[in-house]
Amino acid sequence: MNLPAAPIGAPIGAPIGASIGEPITAATTALIAEDEPLLAAALEADLRRLWPGLQIVARAGDGHAALEQALALRPTLCFLDIRMPGLSGLETAHALAEDWPAAGAPFPLLVFVTAYDQYAVQAFDAQAVDYLLKPVQPQRLAQCVQRLQQRLATQDEGPQRLEAALQQLRGLLGAAPAAAPLAPLQVIQAQTGHTVHLVPVEDVIYFEAADKYVRVVTAEGEHLIRMPLRELLPRLDPARFWQVHRGTVVQARCIASARRDESGKAFLQLRGRPETLVASRLYAPRFKGM
Amino acid sequence: MPGLLPAPLVPPGERRGLVWRLLIVCAVAVVTATVNWATKPAQAAPRSGIGEALVYSFAISLLTWLFIDIGRFVLRRPLRAEPPGWWPPPLRAAMLLALGIAAGYVLGTGLGDLYAGVSTWSLLRDNPNRFTGLLVSSLAISAAFVAYFFQRGRSEALARQAREAQLRLLQSQLEPHMLFNTLANLRVLIGIDPPRAQAMLDRLIGFLRATLDASRSDRGTLAAEFERSADYLALMQVRMGPRLSVALDLPDALRSAAVPPLLLQPLVENAIRHGLEPHLAGGRIELSARRDGAQLVLTVRDDGAGLGGRPQSGSRLRETSTSVRDDGAGLGNASPPGSGFGLQQVRERLRALHGARAGLELRAAEGGGTRAEIRLPWSEAP
Repeated sequence: MNLPAAPIGAPIGAPIGASIGEPITAATTALIAEDEPLLAAALEADLRRLWPGLQIVARAGDGHAALEQALALRPTLCFLDIRMPGLSGLETAHALAEDWPAAGAPFPLLVFVTAYDQYAVQAFDAQAVDYLLKPVQPQRLAQCVQRLQQRLATQDEGPQRLEAALQQLRGLLGAAPAAAPLAPLQVIQAQTGHTVHLVPVEDVIYFEAADKYVRVVTAEGEHLIRMPLRELLPRLDPARFWQVHRGTVVQARCIASARRDESGKAFLQLRGRPETLVASRLYAPRFKGM
Repeated sequence: MPGLLPAPLVPPGERRGLVWRLLIVCAVAVVTATVNWATKPAQAAPRSGIGEALVYSFAISLLTWLFIDIGRFVLRRPLRAEPPGWWPPPLRAAMLLALGIAAGYVLGTGLGDLYAGVSTWSLLRDNPNRFTGLLVSSLAISAAFVAYFFQRGRSEALARQAREAQLRLLQSQLEPHMLFNTLANLRVLIGIDPPRAQAMLDRLIGFLRATLDASRSDRGTLAAEFERSADYLALMQVRMGPRLSVALDLPDALRSAAVPPLLLQPLVENAIRHGLEPHLAGGRIELSARRDGAQLVLTVRDDGAGLGGRPQSGSRLRETSTSVRDDGAGLGNASPPGSGFGLQQVRERLRALHGARAGLELRAAEGGGTRAEIRLPWSEAP
């Protein structure tokens, strides 16, 4: 595809005011995460046409690459396809909000892109999240661009933008369609070699995602199970097991204390384990005094 | 929730059939009574009115009908009567029929005797031949009717099942996510590469036509089946780019084999959606067909994400897996409506068309990925 190089000029929607620690970059930058190559190229071309000052700094074909590049390049905008290999667009946003450094560039404005998702679209509307429907209509994209430019021009820097994104993501997490109710697990069956260890769930202090496995940590030790955390989660009683990070679920009665820091995270001391767990910004608000 | 609400005595879908059978039983009772009355030998007893014959006939037929047709719903748990059809397994069905007919005959005769003020059982002493004749004829009539209804109920249930499977197939084929993504790609191609856009549109047209035809027909050839899979895979190749490679192998001798249309489609889709799409590197799909004696064997193999690396118990893992990436689940962890149906759908269609002579097997492929194999009786399309 022959695309004109992005003309250099004053960005229409350049952020105003200084962000913490870093001078404002001259250009507004964007990352496009889309696994279908033609659609990614077309979105890039359309954006260049509608927003000549915008620099597309990265194109990612899967969620993991999108996360990595967004953290490395700190773009102003992220266009995230919802259905991608690796991490979905929402999971990418989730991880981005948890891992985004507190100091430095403000959190990107997020725009989700989807072909057809009833639940997601309802949730986006409810949370006032920007989204585009594929095929992307030019008028709709123009509106979206306008809205982004306005938000960049008016919105305050850094912390506020991250806080706004966190609010929206919490709303989206809460809006998840109720999965078919599954009987809560009573016992975790962890296999090592030919032996299967049976661990009653009430003995589990926390679960932690580790690559394709989940670590099941008890006061006595730990086991590995092959069930991914996202499959395990719906089978745990949410009143007893609290998710505190995208990769960590803790049994509430095993949390001795939580200390929040200024970045919005919380550090959890456990009963029965010496290590400290981190509750991400997304989940830390759960820890407040009564 | 079992136990909280009493289940209806007769499932709503079965009520109509029940009423029909009741009406037919009544009509037959009238005919039987008339025949019995007209052919009754004059010397056996003083000639009675037709009313008496009607009472006997109705009492026996209705009680028999009640015991069997209502009985199988009332006793569905111990009888293990399950949808579709609500007929118990053969041995239990035979017991139900035998007991129902016997009880219907004995009690019905008792009621008739009560009305007529005579004892049929004395006939057994006085005129055994005549008694046996009556008994055999009423038993034969009951048995014939029960067998007829049994057969009919079964074929109706199978036909309904096949229709439902076709409807679900149509719904899953016209999956909005696939359609809109394909259209989005098409929209882009129109701008930058019109000939390729036309080729893609032709594939889409072929795919849509096959999908709509499949919802109306049960017959197709393997050649057409491979062509439609090729259409779908070509559409997916435009969308996934170099991440998807495809190989189709259909020997010429098998081109005219008869297969239900779009039988392979859910398997191909399953391989893409659960095998290759979530796999960062993408992968390869191979479709092949071979003949194994009296059977046609169709294989869809992918080298993607595989069955999840967990111990397999049949194919349930892939079907119920919540690791399925999907948009609804982007929010939570639920599978989208329709995602688990694909394989079940294939099984149901095969069962409806070929019973136990066809089947689908899903297993981990050697060297990673998944291998789905369909076996069905060989026949050539007319």
